[in-house]
Amino acid sequence: MRIFMKIIIFLILIPSKSFGLIEVDITRGNLDPLPIAVSPLSIDESSRQNFEKILKKKNIGDEISKIIEVNLKTSGLFNPLNKDAFLQAPDIANLKPRFEDWNLIKAQALITGKVSYIGEKLRVEFRLWDVLAGKEMVALAFTTVPTNWRRVGHIITDKVYQRLTGEKGYFDTRIIYVAEEGPKTKRIKKLAIMDQDGANNKFLTLGNELVLTPRFNPTSQMVTYLSYFRNLPRVYLLDIETGTQEVVGDFPGMTFAPRFSPDGKKIIMSFAKDGNSEIYTMDLENRIVEKITNHPSIDTSPSFSPDGKFICFNSDRSGYQQIYVMKSDGSKVKRISFGKGLYGTPVWSPRGDLIAFTKLHKGKFYIGVMRTDGSGERLLTENFYQEAPSWSPNGRVLIFYRETKTDDKGEGFSAKLWSIDLTGYNERMVKTPTDASDPSWSSLLSN
Amino acid sequence: MKKSIISNIDQGAIMKINKILKNTLLIIFACFALSACATSKKTTGQMQGDVYTGTDTVEYLASGVPDRVFFATNESVLTTASRETLRKQASYLRKNSKITVVLEGHADERGTREYNLALGERRANAAKDYLMTYGISSNRISVLSYGKERPVDSGSNPLAWSKNRRSVTVKAN
Repeated sequence: MRIFMKIIIFLILIPSKSFGLIEVDITRGNLDPLPIAVSPLSIDESSRQNFEKILKKKNIGDEISKIIEVNLKTSGLFNPLNKDAFLQAPDIANLKPRFEDWNLIKAQALITGKVSYIGEKLRVEFRLWDVLAGKEMVALAFTTVPTNWRRVGHIITDKVYQRLTGEKGYFDTRIIYVAEEGPKTKRIKKLAIMDQDGANNKFLTLGNELVLTPRFNPTSQMVTYLSYFRNLPRVYLLDIETGTQEVVGDFPGMTFAPRFSPDGKKIIMSFAKDGNSEIYTMDLENRIVEKITNHPSIDTSPSFSPDGKFICFNSDRSGYQQIYVMKSDGSKVKRISFGKGLYGTPVWSPRGDLIAFTKLHKGKFYIGVMRTDGSGERLLTENFYQEAPSWSPNGRVLIFYRETKTDDKGEGFSAKLWSIDLTGYNERMVKTPTDASDPSWSSLLSN
Repeated sequence: MKKSIISNIDQGAIMKINKILKNTLLIIFACFALSACATSKKTTGQMQGDVYTGTDTVEYLASGVPDRVFFATNESVLTTASRETLRKQASYLRKNSKITVVLEGHADERGTREYNLALGERRANAAKDYLMTYGISSNRISVLSYGKERPVDSGSNPLAWSKNRRSVTVKAN
């Protein structure tokens, strides 16, 4: 008991600044990003030569640290400092940083590390330091194939983000989307996939048929999407690794708006027949099809809650597009959107507490969020046209697409991916090689 | 000395800006006046309400048989003009009993993609139902919704959108 008291007194006496490790608050818009120094990962000369041979990159340590820097900057929460001001060499910094030096350039956190070539593999170790407290916060080493070097940068960023914000990152992830080209009246659309930072872009279909609304399964290995193959719009399933595709179910009409259930075992989608769209699920294993809604209105854009117990969806049963929530068996249907305007594309947050949506009001389109009972509506961004938000796996960022106006000469049209923090801050265009729409964010690939 | 020159330039610029502002205000007022007229009359050239009534983009299945009907925003109700067009189509199809058709339903770009797919399907079915009441068998008609994916007019203005809210009857054989 006495020792316990002593400890308490000790804690009270010590000024909290020197002990409390740095933290980044991600629940508010961050106008004051944390200054962080990303020291280039050090590399010995023979490792450097080996990687240069395999990866055609002069210094893979530098390259990986650049990825980390870009990730941190894009998050809006961190301000990576200019490397020219760094006083300490990377190899020495990784062993024991001279905190005074890093303090001098106003760094509050420091990332150091080392890459080596061991048995044809890439081994990386990294450390995150609290400069003010003079303490190591994270130290981690892992080994992978050299071609995974970009993912190494993303995984390190995820660890840093997690240690400093207290929540999982979203950097070792991919985006699947629809790549668009050509005039608006004859748009060519292809499925495309890329890393979250736009690298490793790859087209998955050739553009011979119209494709729309791709969405990942929970393990991010499968994609469900809508294809107009043979002019029959149907929901398809695509295995990204093998490239095999199959139609989902045997419906005598258009199926669309597909998503996976949170356990990945079912696909939920709309089936349109005789002017009426209803929501169905299909079990991918036993192929059992269930009808979930039963109403002569349009019922579409279904999205499961992360526990699988509820479904939010879009219906015009009130006369106009609104957002509804029901139990996963279709019972207890309840309208949750009551603001002015039309509401569409509800998507349940992976954290379970919010639903993101598109809203149309007085000729403007908004991306917003509301609680699952419809309260606390918050509009994050307004534009001429934007829709289809998709959540980052940690539920902190939304990616969506935005279209620009076409002028009277038919010029000026573009479709681009954008991201914005849940706070409404940090709105950014996500670069893609072509025009792009219908983004879907994968889960965290390494866990 | 330098300072005074700069302030002179500034004043000149401000005067110009004032002029521009006045002009734009005038234009804005003129626009308001015009649009007020438009909404009170409900017919502006090629639109009635916001349903397209012109003939631009319209093609013909046969002489005097237009291939498409147009809809109001968010609606799938057939207008009087649409019903007339569909009756012509029905009579043409009755005379040419071997022809099968696809009804392609479309929406404008001012709606979410998935809802518009459903809306296009609903519009095409409204046309299909009408053709069926005029004696065309359902097995001669199939329905295909493109949602907002295939506009005929790429413009971002009310007239272009009105042309794009349509159901087009396309010969399938």
